[in-house]
Amino acid sequence: MTASNRIDDRFKSLRDQGRKGLIPYITAGHPNPESTVSLMHQMVESGADLLELGVPFSDVMADGPVIQRACQSALEAGTDLDAVLAMVNDFRKQDPLTPVILMGYMNPLERRGIEPFAQQCAAVGVDALLIVDCPFDEAEQLQATLTAAGLHQIFLVAPTSTEGRIQRMVPMAGGFIYYVSLKGVTGAATLDSASLGPAIQPIRSASELPIAVGFGISTPDQAAAAAQSADAVVIGSALVSRLHDAQSVDQALTIARDYLEPVRAALDHVQSSDGEHAQPSLRQVGA
Amino acid sequence: MVEAAADRLGANVADKQAVDGGQAMPDPRGHFGQYGGKFVSETLMAAIEELELAWLKYRDDHDFQSRLDHDLAHFVGRPSPLYFAERLTEHAGGARIVFKREDLNHTGAHKINNTVGQALLAQAMGKRRVIAETGAGQHGVASATVAARLGMDCVVYMGEEDIRRQAINVYRMKLLGAEVVSVTSGSRTLKDALNEAMRDWVTNVDDTFYIIGTVAGPHPYPALVRDFNAVAGREAKQQFSQQYGQLPDALVACVGGGSNAIGLFHPFIEDRAVRMIGVEAAGNGLSGQAHAASLCAGRVGVLHGSRTYLLDDDQGQIRHTHSVSAGLDYPGVGPEHAWLKDIGRAEYVGVTDDQALEAFYQCTQMEGIMPALETAHAVAYGIKLAASMSKDQSVLINLSGRGDKDIHTVADIDGIEV
Repeated sequence: MTASNRIDDRFKSLRDQGRKGLIPYITAGHPNPESTVSLMHQMVESGADLLELGVPFSDVMADGPVIQRACQSALEAGTDLDAVLAMVNDFRKQDPLTPVILMGYMNPLERRGIEPFAQQCAAVGVDALLIVDCPFDEAEQLQATLTAAGLHQIFLVAPTSTEGRIQRMVPMAGGFIYYVSLKGVTGAATLDSASLGPAIQPIRSASELPIAVGFGISTPDQAAAAAQSADAVVIGSALVSRLHDAQSVDQALTIARDYLEPVRAALDHVQSSDGEHAQPSLRQVGA
Repeated sequence: MVEAAADRLGANVADKQAVDGGQAMPDPRGHFGQYGGKFVSETLMAAIEELELAWLKYRDDHDFQSRLDHDLAHFVGRPSPLYFAERLTEHAGGARIVFKREDLNHTGAHKINNTVGQALLAQAMGKRRVIAETGAGQHGVASATVAARLGMDCVVYMGEEDIRRQAINVYRMKLLGAEVVSVTSGSRTLKDALNEAMRDWVTNVDDTFYIIGTVAGPHPYPALVRDFNAVAGREAKQQFSQQYGQLPDALVACVGGGSNAIGLFHPFIEDRAVRMIGVEAAGNGLSGQAHAASLCAGRVGVLHGSRTYLLDDDQGQIRHTHSVSAGLDYPGVGPEHAWLKDIGRAEYVGVTDDQALEAFYQCTQMEGIMPALETAHAVAYGIKLAASMSKDQSVLINLSGRGDKDIHTVADIDGIEV
């Protein structure tokens, strides 16, 4: 991986600042297509360090009911692949730095063609793809295409992933490793933060990449607890379920702000457990 | 003649070993050519690897196989007979039409072959709870049945639309002690039930075994479900050789996900002279969108854990499908069928709702055998095919299930209140 990628740059600066990363997820086109780009900017303003944007799919097998409902509503509103790419393109006009990760499923990408899609992603300023139903076992060809376009592929590690699988995945992973903190689908239950440190130890031993923890994090306290051992936390269903109720773009922005700011504040009180870069956060909320 | 038949039979046994023993397909990573594979989230990977190891172990385990054979004989009622459909043969005026009577199995369809096998596997793996998805309800009933027998908890996921269409089977499952969960997402049919069952499995993977009802899904399911269904094809091959001194000229079976078809086809793959024809649901016709014929009218993509032919729109979103038969109303198909299509070993055709209904009546009234609406698709094409062949040839149709469950659907179409 020779080309510089916004994700690598962002995690480097997070590390330098001793700051824990906040990665909110929204489904593109939800609660309505008009709000997505504004929501992306709002999330950055409310403390997001990286953004995960869901590409709507009809059969989201690994997601829970909240994200499934969001996908259905986004599809009904006509959020297709071109619309998603246009949203990122719009976002980039004002924000050249915040990394954007597209999260989705294989079939819509294959229908477009992985190669053209990778090039379109790179052209509008997408930094990585997380393809939920493409584990590293099936990712060889895909990986070469993404790498050629300067995109990272983000892989999931589950509590049930064996050390052997982690070892085989690491050489293919880029950007960061996404640790799924519980057994189940997105939004299913709550995180057991006490077991998190030992659970991610095998990933730390196998890889230098930063680790983000997601699935089951919905409150500021849970985010802070997860960040004790991880470099970043991903928040998805908890935010998306709140956005369901938004009646207007303004309301969606308010919901995102009110939800994310306390999470950001809690993360900023987490002292990095790694002595090397245990510096106070440069960006305390209210400062 | 008898000697020739015996030679043929010997050759058949050798063929079975070549196919089964050689394990030509899938390859060790679960691919049938470019199809199949394990396109699932990492969260499911440990579960399917655990299943694969168990399957590899028990597939060749003598005690396990004896238990399976015992259950197939005494619980399912195997072997199922071959039946010469004399009046339909006369009606078609061509090749001899023979049925493999999977409708006579316990619970009324081929589905029980697979659920008995998978439930024994679940038990051997120490799982206490089984889950299943179902379309027509036959697989749900077959799963609830084996769960009752083995004293396991059973949850069946079923689309809201299918629950409406298959009320009798829903009640049967409840009587058997299963919990039936109505799935209200997406098209509210089989594909959505499958999504929901996967979600349950990934959440409860420690104590739960997912009994997939067809040859779709991630590896090892397509191979595992095929192996449990292939008992029908092995029996049919032997029975046909014994009764007619030769192999059939053509095999015909309906294809939704494709489990009864692959069960019949698989032991014949090396017998190149035997044509294999899978019949998909053409619904209101293949020229429109209201059908479920992924091999005839679909294209290659990724759905439910494997690369295969499927029905999607130009954005890659999975399309809503239509068939009068809930069991065929599925936008994907097992990856081995995709492979057999591409290498030209099997052919796939479509039969419309109307043609299937006509065959349902013909089979019922000429043979006294009421086929499931799924099966009626195979019967419809089998009659047509037989008519185009000569009288010294024969067509073997997999009579995969009986039609009792469809009485309300047919009555509805006829405008009769039952």
